[in-house]
Amino acid sequence: MKNLRELLRYPTAIIGLIIILGLIGVSIYAVVSMPYSEAIRLWRGGENVWAKNPKTAAPTWINLFRRRDLPATVVIDSKDETVGKTREVVSEDVTDIDFSFDFDYPYYDFPQEITLFFDAKYEEKQPHVSLTWLTPDGREIRIGSMALDSSSTTYRVSQDDTLERRLRTDLPAHEALFVADPTADALQLVQGTYTMKVSAKVFEPEADVDAELVMYGQVHGWAGTDHRRRDLSVALLWGTPIALAFGLLAALGTSLTTMIIAGVGTWFGGWVDGVIQRITEVNLILPTLPILVMVGTFYSRSIWLMLGVLIALYIFGGGIKTYRAIFLQVKESPYIEAAQAYGASDARLIFRYLIPRIIPTLLPNLVTLVPSFVFTEAALALLGLGDPILPTWGKVINDARFNGALYQGNYYWMLEPSFLLMLTGLAFSLLGFSLDRIFNPRLRGM
Amino acid sequence: MSVDVKRRESSDRVSLSEVGREREDGALLSVRDLRVWFELKRWGFLHAGYVHAVDGVNFDLHLGEAIGIVGESGCGKTTLMKTILGLYEPTDGEVSFAGSEVEAFGTQEMRTYRSAVGYVQQDPYGALPPFMDVQGILEEPMKIHGVKDSQQREQRIRDVMAEVKLTPIEDYVDKFPHMLSGGQQQRVVIARAMILEPRLIVADEPVSMLDASVRVEILRLLQGLQASHDLAVIYITHDLSTVRYFSEYIFVMYAGKLVERSRVNELLANPLHPYTEALLAATPDPDYRNALTQKEIPPGEPPSLVNPPSGCRFHPRCPHMMEGLCDVEEPPDFEPAPEHFAACWLHR
Amino acid sequence: MSQNNTLLRIEDLRLYFRTRQGVVQAVDGVDFKLGRNEAVVVLGESGCGKTSLARAVLRLLPRNVDTYSGHVYLDETDVMSLGDEEFRRNIRWVKMSMVPQAAMNALNPVLRVGEQVAEPMTAHYLADKDEALDQARRMFQHVGVPVDFLNRYAFELSGGMRQRAALAMALVTMPEMVFLDEPTSALDVLTQANIFNVLKRIKNDLEVSFILITHDIATSSELADRVAVMYAGQIVEMSDARRFFSDPLHPYSRMLMASVPRLKVEQEPTFITGHPPSLLGPPSGCRFADRCPSRFEKCVEEPPVIDEKGHQVKCWLYA
Repeated sequence: MKNLRELLRYPTAIIGLIIILGLIGVSIYAVVSMPYSEAIRLWRGGENVWAKNPKTAAPTWINLFRRRDLPATVVIDSKDETVGKTREVVSEDVTDIDFSFDFDYPYYDFPQEITLFFDAKYEEKQPHVSLTWLTPDGREIRIGSMALDSSSTTYRVSQDDTLERRLRTDLPAHEALFVADPTADALQLVQGTYTMKVSAKVFEPEADVDAELVMYGQVHGWAGTDHRRRDLSVALLWGTPIALAFGLLAALGTSLTTMIIAGVGTWFGGWVDGVIQRITEVNLILPTLPILVMVGTFYSRSIWLMLGVLIALYIFGGGIKTYRAIFLQVKESPYIEAAQAYGASDARLIFRYLIPRIIPTLLPNLVTLVPSFVFTEAALALLGLGDPILPTWGKVINDARFNGALYQGNYYWMLEPSFLLMLTGLAFSLLGFSLDRIFNPRLRGM
Repeated sequence: MSVDVKRRESSDRVSLSEVGREREDGALLSVRDLRVWFELKRWGFLHAGYVHAVDGVNFDLHLGEAIGIVGESGCGKTTLMKTILGLYEPTDGEVSFAGSEVEAFGTQEMRTYRSAVGYVQQDPYGALPPFMDVQGILEEPMKIHGVKDSQQREQRIRDVMAEVKLTPIEDYVDKFPHMLSGGQQQRVVIARAMILEPRLIVADEPVSMLDASVRVEILRLLQGLQASHDLAVIYITHDLSTVRYFSEYIFVMYAGKLVERSRVNELLANPLHPYTEALLAATPDPDYRNALTQKEIPPGEPPSLVNPPSGCRFHPRCPHMMEGLCDVEEPPDFEPAPEHFAACWLHR
Repeated sequence: MSQNNTLLRIEDLRLYFRTRQGVVQAVDGVDFKLGRNEAVVVLGESGCGKTSLARAVLRLLPRNVDTYSGHVYLDETDVMSLGDEEFRRNIRWVKMSMVPQAAMNALNPVLRVGEQVAEPMTAHYLADKDEALDQARRMFQHVGVPVDFLNRYAFELSGGMRQRAALAMALVTMPEMVFLDEPTSALDVLTQANIFNVLKRIKNDLEVSFILITHDIATSSELADRVAVMYAGQIVEMSDARRFFSDPLHPYSRMLMASVPRLKVEQEPTFITGHPPSLLGPPSGCRFADRCPSRFEKCVEEPPVIDEKGHQVKCWLYA
């Protein structure tokens, strides 16, 4: 309709609309590519879910800003053909299984960890592996040997104190492996092709050993990871529909209800109006956030409960006063009187005559209200009262703060969700202000 | 101080008689000793007096008759009109429609009454809901009164729009009020007033907010509708010069009372009440000589309706005031000439 | 020093506004003369541009002005050539002022009336606060409002009194001319007569000129020395009052006069069919042609302003 065309004349409205459409697009993508239950499962994390992610790794695009790239995560699976797994039967009981992981390491920084995930298949006799590390400059370092048990053995190089002592270094073991001389004072990381040789011995004809080498980089994914190795993109993506839904539902719920209450109160006047106004005035003084905090602490942190309480607190809020002022004015309109003269009932007058006049004011208010609810939800999460299972932006910020993200230089962790929050707020505000200018022509000059 | 206005709500009292039947003397609308007072409240609940907006009004109106009620702002004509429309309740006295008292109407009768009285307002733009198009506006009264068949509604809209000369109809039905000119808006208001086939039309300054060249057109339209439908019309205005062309009778109202009543030509030729004389003298015709003289006007302003003057309400401003009489006793309606009533001691 | 009797001379004044639908040519080439101590009425219906004319002369312009040109000679000085600040300081409300439409609603509800009326004096540095209040008091006496109302607030005054206060505010700096935009349209007939009595008295006592803008033909005769009729942004007739109210020249003026219901004379009023052209792109030729009963072939060309025995009329019938 013509209002839309009018809206598009404002560049701020266009920007706002584009961003909002983008956010909606992201939400749809998030929901479609990762159904709700899947998202929750991923976010809960746990042992195996994120095992192959580094902890608190920055997003990969950081490398665009660096002279020297930070290492990304490298994962090599022995089942992969390039690994060159060989199987040699040495004797009746013993079979040698060898494979080596070759990889290129052009980086100037260390990986966070090096871990080998073994997958051993056997019946009684545990296979035995020994690991050797070959550096590009020709050194061969014996890493260690161990027995494998049937539950997947995980060998974490960084946690191997023996290796560390053997290398006579203060560096963590996995870093020492990359350095020319671990004992020297000046550390020099050697670039080039490295090999992790795995020599396994199995003692049963049917037994087999497979392994996965994971070198955890310092960058991972487009959003980075958090302290529980969770890929932040899950939270950022899924946080979008949650934020939007929360904001929209709350804004819509409160606006419509407020409008109806104000309408009914203004229409009937007298004590009805008086009661509503007094409730509103008391409610305006009540502090929202502390009440939400109390509910969250003593009752439940479910997001639906928070939404409900928030709406309940907000319904009798400042909006009532604004709408009442407009309703009072509209109520005196000649066309309302004319409708009374031709017999319109009170209900009809309120819903068909009074309320449509409010819509022009309601719409911009509603739009500008959305970000405040989104921020409230984030604020709650920040205070530790967010919904415990949902991946929301606020939750990410909370985790970041709790884990000292800024102190440790993991700025991305804090900044990414903050940026998204800010973007949402900006988009709705821009759109809301433009709508306001259209529907309230007197502001047009500004 | 706040003013409490009693708004009429539909009552559940038992109806007395069938609406539509006329009284023995044929009067469609009968107003007897009507008083409408509004209570003033201090601090919201303490009684602080009454605004005597309408304070003793009597008249009869028959089908096919048009009366003009003339008076300045604050004289009570608007309150009178709204009481007739059923928007206010009488404090005393009665308004009867086709023989039955309006106050005693049950919900059903009240609804019939509302469909029998059409209301044309002063501000054509304000009288139309800005968010409804012409079709919607004209359908509303029909929907409220239970005309369920949309074909029927459609047909009625066509008929009415043809009557107010908003043709071709297709050009207007889907327009919103702000897309129409003042004259066109007023036609829609009139169409809406006519849509339920009323017997009585109440028009409150229907042309004062329109341009001079359009006024005559609209007044002619109303006149035509009155003639073709044999309507009773109450035409309220403060402009004496239009009244003579569009009503047979003039009532002059001052401070809540009717001070003079007569046929139009009789009153204009022979005004009997000093207030009427003042009004006539103050209403200019386009004549260059007006610029050369000062007009004689009664001093002062219309009185407060909370504490009206004792006796004749016009006495503080009247050049013919007789002490001891006019300021003490309220004059009754005298009839110095046939069918010409004046409430003034000069004609005792 | 010769006393030139012409106070205001307007030549080819144009004021166009830019709107979303296009350019509105509100004032489209107006020529006008106002003498000293003279009252001229600008008659016209809604949308003819008469309020814009007042705004154009007083340079009270909104932000969306497209064209603003012409010459406005006040006492033989072209005030159009003055800068905005100089105009504000020396001309507006000093030499000419205005009582805007619905002025009685334009009084500030939180200030006392006396202060408001005195304000133009202090705002233009013409007097200090006490002198200004004295002047306001004098003006109240001229307009006929009791002086103790100086200390009241706007809502305590009746409509008629508020209008008179607005008039006092326009007169307080003793300007040479005052625009009155529909001064009595919302007032009752007795109050209206009162206001016009006041205006007539002030015209005599203070020797002020008035330009009265209205659509009410009957009441305009209460003050008019001369009448200008405005139609679709142009002045189509300018006659003296005697001529105009008895026998106007332009067909539009004649039809307007015929549409006035008269009290004292039995004469059925008539109406004019159609409506004025939009100012968004006025038609070429005579703008009244399509509603004019005397239209003929020449009317497709824009008529010049013709002098007919001392009166001006813009119509081919008098060529």
